[in-house]
Amino acid sequence: MTGNTLLSVEDVVVDLPTPRGNLRAVDRVNLTVGAGQTLGVVGESGCGKTMLSRAILQLLPKKAKLSGRVMFDGQDLLQLSPEKLRKLRGRSLAVVFQDPMTSLNPVLTIGTQLIETLQEHLELDDATATRRSIELLAAVGIPAPEQRLAQYPHQLSGGMRQRVAIAIALSCEPKLLIADEPTTALDVTIQAQILDLLAREQRRRHMAMILITHDLGVVAGRTDEVAVMYAGRVVERAPTPALFKKMRMPYTEALLAALPKLDAAPHTPLPAISGRPPDPTRPMLGCSFSPRCRYAVARCHTEKPALEAAETSEHQYACFHPIEVHAEAVA
Amino acid sequence: MMQQAVSAASGEPLLAVDDLVVEYPVGAKIVHAVSGVSLQIARGETLGLVGESGCGKSTLGRAVLQLRRPTSGRVLFDGHDLTTMQGDALRQMRRRVQLIFQDPIASLNPRRKIGDIVAEPLVIAGVKDPEKREQLVHEVLSAVGLDPTLVVGRLPHEFSGGQCQRICIARALILNPEFIVCDEPVSALDVSIRAQILNLLEEMKGRFGLTLLFIAHDLAVVKAVSDRVAVMYLGRLCEVGPSEQLFARPAHPYTALLIEAIPVPDPDVRPTETVPVGEPPSPIAPPSGCRFRTRCPRADQRCSDEVPELRAVAPGQFVACHHPLI
Repeated sequence: MTGNTLLSVEDVVVDLPTPRGNLRAVDRVNLTVGAGQTLGVVGESGCGKTMLSRAILQLLPKKAKLSGRVMFDGQDLLQLSPEKLRKLRGRSLAVVFQDPMTSLNPVLTIGTQLIETLQEHLELDDATATRRSIELLAAVGIPAPEQRLAQYPHQLSGGMRQRVAIAIALSCEPKLLIADEPTTALDVTIQAQILDLLAREQRRRHMAMILITHDLGVVAGRTDEVAVMYAGRVVERAPTPALFKKMRMPYTEALLAALPKLDAAPHTPLPAISGRPPDPTRPMLGCSFSPRCRYAVARCHTEKPALEAAETSEHQYACFHPIEVHAEAVA
Repeated sequence: MMQQAVSAASGEPLLAVDDLVVEYPVGAKIVHAVSGVSLQIARGETLGLVGESGCGKSTLGRAVLQLRRPTSGRVLFDGHDLTTMQGDALRQMRRRVQLIFQDPIASLNPRRKIGDIVAEPLVIAGVKDPEKREQLVHEVLSAVGLDPTLVVGRLPHEFSGGQCQRICIARALILNPEFIVCDEPVSALDVSIRAQILNLLEEMKGRFGLTLLFIAHDLAVVKAVSDRVAVMYLGRLCEVGPSEQLFARPAHPYTALLIEAIPVPDPDVRPTETVPVGEPPSPIAPPSGCRFRTRCPRADQRCSDEVPELRAVAPGQFVACHHPLI
């Protein structure tokens, strides 16, 4: 990553106490995001991607234990006072969640929520804040924005609510937007519209973005770099084109292969990944993907591979037996 | 409304839906959930039904099984009209048809053991011998890839979403049905588990000789399992055709839009930004004429005046559009 690193996540560990023992949700994750860059974080449910985003935002559950360092725009977020953190969140660090109903207040109008955010962080007078709110709603593609100000979230469709949540997130010109499965609850045509909207606003505002998703298809065309997570760890990380051209970690390859292909004939059996992810309350000795991996050998079950750089420093993977076939095909 | 019967290439249909209408009141208004849908499914065939949320695809699936009584129209299953059946006759017929839901965890009673859940259809069907029931439960659980001895005594919360869906499939199979409506059976599952369940459904279909109505919003998933695909928008069918043909040459602008909106896992394929803005209108007040016209780039005056009927554009491919793409 170039010199203008905006966010760096260093050795972040998140532990959650559960009745069945300690659950390590995030296990020594290192990531960086440059200004204006988009990082895709891909993984299945329970892989720790949401806990990682909450660790960055400092919005973890109260009983969670966090260690490591989160440097954002020159500040160590773990050292900031709650008051300073609150000022930062919404201002330069914004978030859009999967379900807009969890972030929108159901008893306040759209206008109240937008204006409140603007006035909290930017000290605007009522008239300016109202004008800005209308501009923002128009920018995210909401028809008749003046009338929407007086409406409540339940009066809007799911796609429209997500647009409002995005308008609120963008309202104070954040430097980093964390979008946590922003389109998972939406239909495919609305998903395309929302992803286009995020990409357009990101380019226009030169904003950095972390796009968290379970869908490799979503990150392929819309990110600069991708980190693949499995069982709390980043298992592969590479610039997006490099990752899709030359997957090294067997999990990434298996995840892509398991997607139904549009160009395959009907009734073609899918190369499924057998088994299921490990129980996160039971720490494993070896690579956590090894029980499901078709390349696994004895060493994979007893020793944990570190996330190491491949032939280029930008492409990292945690695997003793990375896939080579693609390398030959390219050569 | 007269609609051309849209049938499979050959064979007597196991299921024939004829001009089905489902409407229900919301306050003083009427939701037009399904507005005159006709389709046929041949024995042994999988018909995929795709559409966005609120298009009426689940309502259609339920109306087929008479879980929601249709407002009008007929549902012929193996020649018998289910819409006029009552009581015992309908219960008997229901042994031959089953339903698998989207949320596998919510469709299992959390307080009952897996063995009892899977055996319940047998109890209802009057299989009185407990040993016979146990034997059938073991058989069907093995068939869906679960170890019966480890599973029967446990409760649903001890299982993951994928395993719960296997249990739901086992329960649906235990009466040896002929026809299953699968309503978004893999939408709640992770990618790696989704492929397992899709493969399992295909395997079970072959093994039990099933006919499926496979409802989903994900076109790639639908294509993976379906012989033919029907595309639904706001209560009406837009297009029906053989899967490969429909994906290679969509005739309805809405089908083309759905295909275009699928994210492709290849960074060299730039996402198209041509997906039209806007959302489906409310089924309480659907647009006149073609219901897709408010989002359609090809719409003109005729589309608002005249309801397009399904008509053949290619062998086996039918489209309801005044200005089809082919």
